[in-house]
Amino acid sequence: MRKLFDFHGGIHPAEHKHLSLDGPVTEAGIPPELVLPLAQHIGAAAEPVVAVGDRVLKGQLLAEANGFVSVPLHAPSSGTVTAIEERLIAHPSGHTATCIVLATDGRDEWTTLEPTADYRALEPDALRQRIRNAGIAGMGGAGFPTAVKLSPRPGSQVQTLIINGTECEPYITADDVLMREQAAELMAGVQILRHLLQPAQTLIGVEDNKPEAIAALRAALPAAPGAEIVVFPTKYPSGGEKQLIEILTGKQVPSGGLPLDVGVICQNVGSVAAIHDAVIHGRPLISRITTVTGEAVQHPGNFRVLLGTPMSYLLARTGYRMEKNRRLIMGGPMMGFAVPDASVPIVKTTNCLLAPTEAELPTPPPAQACIRCGLCAQACPASLLPQQLFWFARGKEYDKLEQHNLFDCIECGACSWVCPSNIPLVQYYRASKAEVLQLRRDNERAEHARLRFEARQERLAREEAEKLAKRAARKQAAEMRARATVQGSEPVEDPIQAAIDRAKAKKAAQQAGADNPAGELEKLEKAVVTTRARLDTATSKLEQARAEGSDLVEALQAGVEKTRTKLAAAEAALQNFQQANTSVPAAAAAVDPAEAAIQKALQSRQAEAQLSPEDKTRDQLGKLEQRLEKSRARLADSRDSGEDPKIIDALEATVTRLEEKRAALLAELPAPEDA
Amino acid sequence: MELISQSPLLAALLALVGLGAVFGALLGYAAIRFKTEGNPIADQINDILPQTQCGQCGYPGCRPYAEAIANGEAINKCPPGGEAGIQALADLLDVEVIPLDEEHGEEKARAVAYIREDECIGCTKCLQACPVDAILGAAKQMHTVIASECTGCDLCVEPCPVDCIDMLVEQENLRTWHWPLPDANRLRPEIIATDAEPPRDRAA
Amino acid sequence: MGLLRITSPHAHGPLSTSRVMQYVLLATVPGVIALTHFFGFGTLINIAWACVVALGCESLALVLRRRPLGFYLKDCSALVTATLLAIAMPPYSPWWLIAVGIACAILLAKHLYGGLGYNPFNPAMAGYVILLISFPVQMTSWSGPRGLSEVPGLLEALQACFHPGAFDGVTMATPLDIMRQNDSLLMEDLWARTPQLGRWAGLGWEWVNLAFLAGGAWLLYQRVFTWHAPLAMLASLSLMAALFYDGGSSASGGSPLFHLLSGATMFGAFFIVTDPVTSAVSVRGRLIYGAMIGALVYTIRVRGNYPDAVAFAVLIMNLAAPLIDNYTQPRTYGHHRSGGEQ
Repeated sequence: MRKLFDFHGGIHPAEHKHLSLDGPVTEAGIPPELVLPLAQHIGAAAEPVVAVGDRVLKGQLLAEANGFVSVPLHAPSSGTVTAIEERLIAHPSGHTATCIVLATDGRDEWTTLEPTADYRALEPDALRQRIRNAGIAGMGGAGFPTAVKLSPRPGSQVQTLIINGTECEPYITADDVLMREQAAELMAGVQILRHLLQPAQTLIGVEDNKPEAIAALRAALPAAPGAEIVVFPTKYPSGGEKQLIEILTGKQVPSGGLPLDVGVICQNVGSVAAIHDAVIHGRPLISRITTVTGEAVQHPGNFRVLLGTPMSYLLARTGYRMEKNRRLIMGGPMMGFAVPDASVPIVKTTNCLLAPTEAELPTPPPAQACIRCGLCAQACPASLLPQQLFWFARGKEYDKLEQHNLFDCIECGACSWVCPSNIPLVQYYRASKAEVLQLRRDNERAEHARLRFEARQERLAREEAEKLAKRAARKQAAEMRARATVQGSEPVEDPIQAAIDRAKAKKAAQQAGADNPAGELEKLEKAVVTTRARLDTATSKLEQARAEGSDLVEALQAGVEKTRTKLAAAEAALQNFQQANTSVPAAAAAVDPAEAAIQKALQSRQAEAQLSPEDKTRDQLGKLEQRLEKSRARLADSRDSGEDPKIIDALEATVTRLEEKRAALLAELPAPEDA
Repeated sequence: MELISQSPLLAALLALVGLGAVFGALLGYAAIRFKTEGNPIADQINDILPQTQCGQCGYPGCRPYAEAIANGEAINKCPPGGEAGIQALADLLDVEVIPLDEEHGEEKARAVAYIREDECIGCTKCLQACPVDAILGAAKQMHTVIASECTGCDLCVEPCPVDCIDMLVEQENLRTWHWPLPDANRLRPEIIATDAEPPRDRAA
Repeated sequence: MGLLRITSPHAHGPLSTSRVMQYVLLATVPGVIALTHFFGFGTLINIAWACVVALGCESLALVLRRRPLGFYLKDCSALVTATLLAIAMPPYSPWWLIAVGIACAILLAKHLYGGLGYNPFNPAMAGYVILLISFPVQMTSWSGPRGLSEVPGLLEALQACFHPGAFDGVTMATPLDIMRQNDSLLMEDLWARTPQLGRWAGLGWEWVNLAFLAGGAWLLYQRVFTWHAPLAMLASLSLMAALFYDGGSSASGGSPLFHLLSGATMFGAFFIVTDPVTSAVSVRGRLIYGAMIGALVYTIRVRGNYPDAVAFAVLIMNLAAPLIDNYTQPRTYGHHRSGGEQ
């Protein structure tokens, strides 16, 4: 007799397994429509390889694995792909997910399968590839891609292969009937795994509340020499992977580690049977055994269901009394979740559909105060202190939660089950775990943003420094040149060079002036003055010419006109500029546009904070109108200058949009007489 | 020796001076030996700030605000950090928790900038405004936001001449959804008797 | 039909907080019967009056705190506090004494801290200690047990409670008082001279303690609490007594058996030490918590000024419970033995 170990805690909830154990597994049939979520497993969603309208055969690939931790998806029956769209799926959130919708044709035509004559001839990698291609994901409820689980890191040795036939949750009997009816396939599957992993020992763990299954396994055992059936006392949650490993080997999987760290690989019996089908017959995973039970169904039992079958279809076959059922649970009463709607499809992980009556699983009464009775700590299979975690979760003390090993919680629900005060402890832990993870992500993000920000600051500083350096170099070169001219030639000034220098200096001054509004203003003023002076001279010359009766009058006349328009333009420019400058404070000469934006945003925000909502809207309206003006002006400009039509289009669109926004705001504002 | 033993006043004085000298030396040594570079408090504050670099606090980035807080600036000027951030700062600095200063904006859901690309005219104005270089593009070329780098600071929205930048609030989806913390008020049964949510309105 | 969306688990075990409290109340029955047999109806009247006052105080507190009355009264915690305090008080206590004690227990020790589950001190013991310090005379007047003095009838008992001036009961030193005051007699002689000491630990008291032990054993059987804290307390108390017994000289503190069966030892071990709210939670924590109480009980009994020590010992250890919990975190699955504490 093998030495068995025990794990800490655990509970003995009422089993209710007999409900669904009356008859054999029945075929659930082909529903008219199959809805196949692309993500029925842990990891990346599969990538569709069919298009809407395609006719597919049973077992044909619908979507391929997308990355290492992912599995493909196959057609459970023949038919036509009618849609690839968002559908409600079995998830506690009630969110939708992308699904391939298949209208079945009832002919159930198989695609060509590739059976393996002798899997022993296959390389381990080829074998793994077959398992992967069959789309198998952990069928005990977790849904982790099986092929990934069967790929130990190079160098690690699998000591023990554990086949999990525990099924410790109340109500569920899917694995039980699978072991009873498919013991031979199961043993063949075990042989395949043994060939693949070459473990030192193979243990098939079953709880002692399934005598028929144990007998069937014992009868089939000769087919798998080297495997051993281990029967151990019933206790929830002994079917949890970590707990089962401790029961059978006495070893504990290190926190945050994998079973392989203690040389163990665990597989659910359902997955093993699926592996057998995939390797021997080449059949992908397209159906599974699901228990339909609970007192709200009249004929509970186990069904072989095509994946994607709507739960309502399956329930209709069992005499489901909807009026008696307040929550439909996918999975068992301990770890299952209530589905948002009965129309959601059965997926690879749906081991049970539980439709209890209110008397059977009553709605939890309101939680009372925690009296620190410690029953939860006694029941916790992970040896945590649930009541402490509860206090910390309520106080959002995330450091303390991590210190008390929140992340070792397996969410088995034993603590909530025993809690005399009906506190939804598991929900506290789930929410807190998500919160802690979110916080970690936020911190990472913040750190990343900080680095990017600092890198940018550095870059800006560097560019500034480079610019300065360049300017300095240019200045130095000019000085050198000047010195060279002074030294190299006679002290006779070269008039041309001097003129060039002067012009350059002037230009530089102008450019420098362009940088600041004051300089600009000066320039414009000067332009007005000089133009006026020129106009004066031109007019006097014109007068003179007229008096002299020169034939130049005409030309002079044209010149005066020209100068006059120039003057007008210059004056207009000056005026415009002055106006513009009074509206934009001269201090806005910030160097960094980001800083300028910040300043602007800050000012507007401060102003906004003091406004009533209505004033805010008015304010927004004003701003919008300004922007509209600006955009219109720009549009006109662009049109005049004949810019790229694309830009003109964009500007036009902007103007229309702004107009729409303005209309919306106007609608928001109360009528003027109300104001 | 004799002098000391004979006048207790002198002895006390000497002892005090001696003690002072010893501890002074110790402190002096410690100050040099354990000298910290920079301002550690500002660093810790900076670690708490959300690093949005949005400037809503009035400082050009989170680091300057962190330094300002270290020098006594109010801790309630960071809307992206929100109440949680103020709480964390208050805990760190051991000061009172004060409500968020409305003048600097309101706490909003996290958003990511999105450029409607067919409307972008390639003016590079948003590029220059982005504090974390999260916008990609060149003059007269379409720009786009690298969503994973965007801090949702809003600074690119205002400079855009064609108003083609939207701040998209992150929607809850299957991957981001998680169970909410049970309502603590639920412990008070007069409010509601279960943690069940009302059935979702399908029509909505 | 709207399908209900609820977090797992959907099933729930049979135990509820009010059930736990009812079990505790039920388990006091043998002890109360023994007390009534030896000391008359005083204890019963104490309990009845205390329950009335407790319900009143609890309701008042709930109304003031704007909590729903029915829901919180249903948990029976006020009745448990009242019963425990009433049992701990001397029989034939005047009504006002009980009322003050209950008011202190419920209003000060429980609701001021936030109600059930939030109180750092055991309310019954806090009330008891407040009374003991404020009214030492009334709180130390135990009537003599049946067999040594006349036990008052029901009418007299009622009179003692509600018309205290007219009642003149016979009070006697308790065995623990006798033991502490003894400084000249060998144990053997002491026993021979004082009939109150009974066979092992005091006439009547022996049976009262055995009855509470029986009630406690039933609670253990019902898995209302674990054996760790009470057994650790009894063991450490016996150990202390054995260490300092010194064969029965006049300076002896009394034999282990004497300590186990006198005063409030069993009542304390199974009804006070096991109060979940104020005790340590982890297994090791409960062992330490119980053992420390046992040691303190012995020390205070032998060295202290008050007749019994359970209340003081429990209150002192109530203060230490969070600390004990912090340092006795169990080793979580998959963690190394050394890595439990930071």
